[in-house]
Amino acid sequence: MPIQYYILLALTLFSIGIVGVLTRRNAIIVFMCIELMLNAVNLLLVAFSKMQYNLAFTNNKATVAGSEAQLFVFFIMVVAAAEVSVGLAIIVMMYRNVHSVDVNFLNRLKN
Amino acid sequence: MSAIQILFWFLSGLALVSAIMVLISKNPVHSVLWLVMVFFAISGHYILMNAQFLAIVNLIVYAGAIMVLFLFVIMLMNLDKTSDPQKNWWMKLAGVISGGCLLMEMATLVRQAAEMKEKTVMMKEGSIGLIGNLGKLLFSDYVVPFEISSVLFLSAMVGAVVIGKKN
Repeated sequence: MPIQYYILLALTLFSIGIVGVLTRRNAIIVFMCIELMLNAVNLLLVAFSKMQYNLAFTNNKATVAGSEAQLFVFFIMVVAAAEVSVGLAIIVMMYRNVHSVDVNFLNRLKN
Repeated sequence: MSAIQILFWFLSGLALVSAIMVLISKNPVHSVLWLVMVFFAISGHYILMNAQFLAIVNLIVYAGAIMVLFLFVIMLMNLDKTSDPQKNWWMKLAGVISGGCLLMEMATLVRQAAEMKEKTVMMKEGSIGLIGNLGKLLFSDYVVPFEISSVLFLSAMVGAVVIGKKN
């Protein structure tokens, strides 16, 4: 598969995530769109990893070029899991205080 | 058209349709279920590229753990009518237009880039995505970030408990 197909697929997923962040008001759905954007980047990293491996494979059959990208995806997943746990705790606390998860109610953080 | 191409187009279409359904569903529970569908499609892409470790981790961590956490939170606070109370079509239109502009601009850039011509992704072969190679690399060269991520998890756990508890 040409690399451009994967780049265009990841770009489209990322743009759908951006449109979701910009248009939806529900804080949980905004958060889910951020997860979608992270996954688009992960898909792009794996595609680039296999592209680098494909380039190096023609010279050296035993190469491990491109492994770092897949480890990077692993660390992105680790950070995303930590981020989701803290972010959902913040959303629960916000719901407990203002009884809504509409992000419009957060424009005045003072009260 | 080979089987790999058919699978690629099928999984791409599934991912895009599910991602759009995440946005336009009214019910947040339906959004979560469509997002699980997106994660399954992306895991299918990983398997297609023979990144087996990441495919399984994506299924377990994202579709298994994170989405269940989202479902718990949504069901904890019953959001039946509170999603998008007032319609604001101009804001929605502006968001769609700006996102579409970004997509169009970056897509033209990618299509013109000379570095991307004739580069292909190795499908269904290659052993770098197997757990043997990645585990060897993770516990030799990248052992310090691995240990630091455990500290990150600990702090995230403490932070979630501190933020979430009733005062």
